[in-house]
Amino acid sequence: MQRLINWFTQVYAVGILNLRTLPQRLGSSAATVVGVAGVVTVFVAVLSIREGFRATLQETGSPSTAIVMRGGSDTEMMSLVSLEDARVIQDAPAIAHQAGAPIASPEMLVLVDVPKISTGTDANVPLRGVTPVAFEIRTHLHIIAGRNFVPGRNEIIAGAGAAREFAGLHVGETKHWGKTAWTVVGIFTDGGSVSESEIWADLNVLMGAYNRGTIVSSVYAQLTSPGQFDAFKSALTSDPRLNVKVQRETDYFADQSIAITSLVTTLGYLIAGMMGVGAVFGAINTMYSAVAARTREIATLRALGFGGGPVVLSVIAESILLALAGGIIGGSLAYLCFNNFHTSTMNWQSFSQVAFAFRVTPRLLAQGFTYAVVIGLFGGLFPAVRAARTSVAAALREL
Amino acid sequence: MKFLPLIWSNLRRKRVRTIFTLLSILVAFLLFGYLVAVRNAFEIGVQIAGVDRLVTTDKVSIVVALPLSYTDRIAQVPGVTDVAYATWFGGIYQDPKNFFAQMAVNPERYLRLYPEFRIPEDQKKAWFADRTGAICGRYLANRFHWKIGDRIPIQATVWPKKDGSSSWEFTLDGIYDGAEKTTDTTQFLFHWKYLDESRSRRAGTVNWYIIRIASPAEAPQVADRIDAVFANSDNETKTSTEKAFMQGFAKQVGDIGAIITAILGVVFFVILLVAGNTMMQSVRERITELAVLKTLGYPNGLILALVLAESLVLAALGGALGLGLAWLLISRGDPTNGMLPIFVMPWWSGPTGALFIVLLGLATGTLPALQAMRLRVVQALRRG
Repeated sequence: MQRLINWFTQVYAVGILNLRTLPQRLGSSAATVVGVAGVVTVFVAVLSIREGFRATLQETGSPSTAIVMRGGSDTEMMSLVSLEDARVIQDAPAIAHQAGAPIASPEMLVLVDVPKISTGTDANVPLRGVTPVAFEIRTHLHIIAGRNFVPGRNEIIAGAGAAREFAGLHVGETKHWGKTAWTVVGIFTDGGSVSESEIWADLNVLMGAYNRGTIVSSVYAQLTSPGQFDAFKSALTSDPRLNVKVQRETDYFADQSIAITSLVTTLGYLIAGMMGVGAVFGAINTMYSAVAARTREIATLRALGFGGGPVVLSVIAESILLALAGGIIGGSLAYLCFNNFHTSTMNWQSFSQVAFAFRVTPRLLAQGFTYAVVIGLFGGLFPAVRAARTSVAAALREL
Repeated sequence: MKFLPLIWSNLRRKRVRTIFTLLSILVAFLLFGYLVAVRNAFEIGVQIAGVDRLVTTDKVSIVVALPLSYTDRIAQVPGVTDVAYATWFGGIYQDPKNFFAQMAVNPERYLRLYPEFRIPEDQKKAWFADRTGAICGRYLANRFHWKIGDRIPIQATVWPKKDGSSSWEFTLDGIYDGAEKTTDTTQFLFHWKYLDESRSRRAGTVNWYIIRIASPAEAPQVADRIDAVFANSDNETKTSTEKAFMQGFAKQVGDIGAIITAILGVVFFVILLVAGNTMMQSVRERITELAVLKTLGYPNGLILALVLAESLVLAALGGALGLGLAWLLISRGDPTNGMLPIFVMPWWSGPTGALFIVLLGLATGTLPALQAMRLRVVQALRRG
């Protein structure tokens, strides 16, 4: 016990000595701090793109909603379901009812070109045709400006994300797609989900405008409970009249985010990894010079009976402390600059634009700080060992 | 030249420090090379676009199909010399992760419009004659180890067959090479007729037309003329140069260029700081020696040059190694498994890298070099 306390006292003594001399090495210490701050900024910023994109697609959908598409389709864009099949689907078991009618919404999804404000070039924006029942399934959907479209009229409402990212989607403006002119009558939010990147219109009007006959893209069904999904799925897939793919809405949208999140994750880790290696080298240099500047002091301490362990530990502690300071600066910088930064990108799987905001989550910040500590640890390790190994006699002779 | 040994021994003075500075510069240039390749991969479509090619799509969206009958009407537009068409197949080969472009085209005309796709004459003939035949680019063939004659099954996601099945099978009749290193050799092309005969819906339509024009200078006028032909029809068109089309496509993803430039900015700033700091340190430590040199009669300019040369040598060594390593890594191919098909270092990354090396060397060396030059001998010697 006595030895342990003694050991800690030694660590403390050397540590304090290091910290006291820090002002003499302000330049090189600052270089380490800024270096690590740069690494952590980039790390957190790049991965906040992934967090934001994933959050948007994960917030879309509830586990008690099922989406029915044609068998073999990966996205609603590619799926075709006849209204006849849609009626069969509506009669399936496990669908919730309201006022005697099933809560099942046939929907049609097409893409329209709308100029993206940030780049000025056309982007693929999803245009969804819905019936009033669609609003019963999306319980978080609210009109925040203007009003809802009137069925039968050439009116559209735009998601808040779409209105922010794409040109000409304010209430009162008119859009021409094909031979139809559409008037924007409202803006809606949907709890941050991917619907906010979409434009909505009346299903029948949209089908007419696209000469789609009696074909829609998909059917969204509200189930009586999330546990009823399997019953619903097996009822539809075993129905000989249908060739459909049934997915939970949450699973469907989670699948949609795979391509982008894996791309951003790969590139993010790669870039941050390489930068981290660079920062470790920088930290090693700083700590070597820090140790070199104190060769005499350390040797004196060793001569007085201080052990090698406390010396090693105190050097590593200093390195970690510097790196952590950098990490906190970098994390804060990333948070201030990028949290809630709105943008949109093309979801490669559905070929359509998704508006989302970067998200610097607490977990991401914790990862950034951990990364900083690791950089500090590796940066301090070699110089620390060297400091402890230098023979006392040789170091003192340098005087 | 005679000062080289002096610079060299200065660098070797603190070997460990020199090595780590070198390594951090190396990392910076490794990242530079890598990010330039990433950016290039996103924007490659724009650079390789043919100046004499236009692309016509539906005005509302590229996913809306155009009637095949537009072929002849486009061909009659003054200024147009050739027309080909394509339909996006969007199928899955074995696993959704194995993404690559599959397009149904009219083979003869399509290859005429893309002369940069080099394919042996006999393979070309075999493909033209084989209704269910397909060709693919060299990169794709290598990626999946396909050989000529292989049967390649692809699951349709957009186009089920008339009999309700969604599995399509193709015979690989040929493999094309790119005329340039940057030619897209990741495409999979097959007969539009095969698709059209067997698909269950939207027969007689295509997704886009590729048009060759007589004179690139006239591109805007020809594009307007084409769109005028189909104005007020059920399918109005939007014609743009292939470059603008690709640009629009790349920009759908977002401003990749700006993001990567920003990251590189941070990287270089960080490295500048780390390397610059080390340089200054090593000059500070050598103040006595520099004073001795001055006492021996070395002029101020020479002292300045010696210190600058030291930082330049460090930057050049680290930079060259970093760029070389980047080149080695990049030539091993796309790190994202098919998302960035053309992953190469563009030619300009060499000269630009060299420029950055010089700038980095000057930036890190200037301050310590000036310090060294302005040294007052008496004071410096007294300090030692």
